[in-house]
Amino acid sequence: MRIGLFVPCYVDAFEPEVGIATLELLERFGLKVEYPYDQTCCGQPMTNTGCHAEAAATEALFVKNFTEFDYVVAPSGSCVHQVREHLTAIPQTDAVKAVRSKTFELVEFLHDVLKIEELPWAEFPHKVAYHNNCNSLRGIHHARPSELNAPFFSKPLDLLKKVRGIEIVDLTRPDECCGFGGTFSVFEPAVSAKMGYDKVGDQARAGADYVVSADSSCLMHQKGCAERLGLPQKFIHIAQVLNGAVA
Amino acid sequence: MSADDLRPNEDALHPDVQPASDESARGQDGQRLQHAEAASKPIRAPATREPQPRGAKIRGDRPIDQAEAAERFLAAPLHQKAHDERLWDVRKKRDVATQAIPEWEELRELASQIKTHTLSHLDEYLEQFEAAAKANGVHVHWAADGAEHNRIVHGILKDHGAKTLIKSKSMLTEECGFRHYMAANGIDIIETDLGERIQQLDDEEPSHVVMPAVHKTRIDVAEVFARTLGTDPTNDDAHYLAESQRMTTRPHILQADAGMTGCNFAIAETGTVVTCTNEGNADLSGNVPKLQIHSIGIEKLIPRVEHLGVFIRVLARSALGSTITQYTSHFRKPRAGSEMHMVLVDNGRSARLGMEEFWTSLKCIRCGACMNTCPVYRRSGGLSYGATYSGPIGLIIDPTFNKRKYSTLPFSSTMNGSCTNVCPVKINIHEQIFAWRKVLAEEHQIPLLKQGMMKAAGAVLSRPAAYRAAIGTADSALRALPRFAVYNPLNTWGKGREMPETPKQSFHSWYKQNRMKDGAK
Repeated sequence: MRIGLFVPCYVDAFEPEVGIATLELLERFGLKVEYPYDQTCCGQPMTNTGCHAEAAATEALFVKNFTEFDYVVAPSGSCVHQVREHLTAIPQTDAVKAVRSKTFELVEFLHDVLKIEELPWAEFPHKVAYHNNCNSLRGIHHARPSELNAPFFSKPLDLLKKVRGIEIVDLTRPDECCGFGGTFSVFEPAVSAKMGYDKVGDQARAGADYVVSADSSCLMHQKGCAERLGLPQKFIHIAQVLNGAVA
Repeated sequence: MSADDLRPNEDALHPDVQPASDESARGQDGQRLQHAEAASKPIRAPATREPQPRGAKIRGDRPIDQAEAAERFLAAPLHQKAHDERLWDVRKKRDVATQAIPEWEELRELASQIKTHTLSHLDEYLEQFEAAAKANGVHVHWAADGAEHNRIVHGILKDHGAKTLIKSKSMLTEECGFRHYMAANGIDIIETDLGERIQQLDDEEPSHVVMPAVHKTRIDVAEVFARTLGTDPTNDDAHYLAESQRMTTRPHILQADAGMTGCNFAIAETGTVVTCTNEGNADLSGNVPKLQIHSIGIEKLIPRVEHLGVFIRVLARSALGSTITQYTSHFRKPRAGSEMHMVLVDNGRSARLGMEEFWTSLKCIRCGACMNTCPVYRRSGGLSYGATYSGPIGLIIDPTFNKRKYSTLPFSSTMNGSCTNVCPVKINIHEQIFAWRKVLAEEHQIPLLKQGMMKAAGAVLSRPAAYRAAIGTADSALRALPRFAVYNPLNTWGKGREMPETPKQSFHSWYKQNRMKDGAK
């Protein structure tokens, strides 16, 4: 099984540790993981702004980079959502359709494809608030959203429960958007920041030492908000926790 | 009995929205009512007067600056906090009400399918409705747009020498600019819905489809009533204010020449107009004057009475978390000695029905659930959208009325998708927001700056060498990533948030250094 690792642009630039943790974690399960060297981005910033034509060349490059793999794995729910649902600016050839259908977010890859049972190396003795990124939650169905009358499930919490010592704390608005929203964060900065303040305030009141999420972009925004408000909690990607990060 | 006995089982209500020890908020079983209209009392007026933030600036057809209006709303923290927590409370009540019936998701699916069917055969059902209404002795009119609706209603009033009209809340008449038109033609309109009446007296549009004045605090209302109805400006007790409004509105109701309602559901087989209200004001508007008029958007049709039950079950649960509205009124035939008119209004609906990606927005039953759950709406206020319809449903409907003026609205969203999940008729609201952005970009209805930034981002991100050059060293990442993540000419990221630290090394260079020593790719 050949695994192509996709490290989204903002992870590459700002959170390289998340990329490293993802690579190492997959390797712990004995997988051969390759990192196509010419990769850049999934096209989401342009597509979400309506600029599909401007995203076409980036999308084509993504497909070219990952065509040869059995699975593409990325530590980002929102990028995987883009690939799966919105990578449509280029003609939908068989190759394009194939890449789109074999691209997985890390949590769902571990949970649904590898069906991992234990993480003996992982210990995280902290109070953790889990942040469901909206694309992960409602776009690629990581968990049951609070709006729906359906049985509870949560793939990320299933995985985190395998980590020794972790204590999950509950938020009063468990899956309210944190206000990042991609380019929303720069085009509607006041509302975006206010949503972030409310989110990090909720986490702090819940007593969270750490906020864990499957998306670095939301965490980057929340971290910026928490620091501005002087709140103490720290932010870490789920790949790092599952890979046995010591914090 | 202590005050604690009266608290609902809520964990984290803000003090401003905690219920007071108030017997009127109890049901007949002695339990405190949990649905939203029962909790309207407790928002305490702020000790210091914070002026109510006003809505978006309207400049003809120029694009609405929702972000600017939202920023002013956020600059009024007492209003913003009350608004956010009030509507979040309604959202939670909605969750409780919908979780209480196991068949909830099935009902949504059914409601959606009934609407799909009806809208796919709208011409037939409209003809059936017209025939049934005429057989009931109703005068039926057709209006192609808002202007024609207003002319028709004005004509009916003129024919009867009617000078005063009482009406219940109707988003359709807001769409038509009905109140302004009638004021210009010397007809006195009195809104009978409390929230809508507040908005009329304050000369402001409704900010929410179900709670028109939800952006106002009690002290705002006290100020408006003192100015317009002569009440005590220092008394912001909700009961006093509501009673004052009732006492000043009742004489208008009793003396009005004509009455008007909107329509929640129009039943094709019987020609019936159904309204759902909590104040009974639609009944007064429809039943007291000798001349009654019902304005109906053509998308309100449902085939048969048996389908109504599905919608009645989803409407109030979605809107306020109550099982049913206090009044569900059926208007079918004129009363003895009175005259009944129905005006079927298109106003862009049939054109929208032809829009492949957007026609399902016509399923909307105006419950407001998408607004209550929308984190952007709750922090912006409905008036920031500068349009008849605000919040998520507004983002996808408003551009069908005016693509240029409302071109910015689909961007006032994080596309988090909560709206789609609460929608009782399963409109894929957030996907339509996404689709609108594409349409608007293709038609160059987005700012040149924004499109230029995306073009530049696309150019960098599609060329690995250019991308590497841009973020190759950590320090330059903040200057380069910029184009798509962190930076814009105004540095709006850094205004409200700390900037991310730049790591010593990108993942890419770590990989090159640590995993490519053997030259393997």
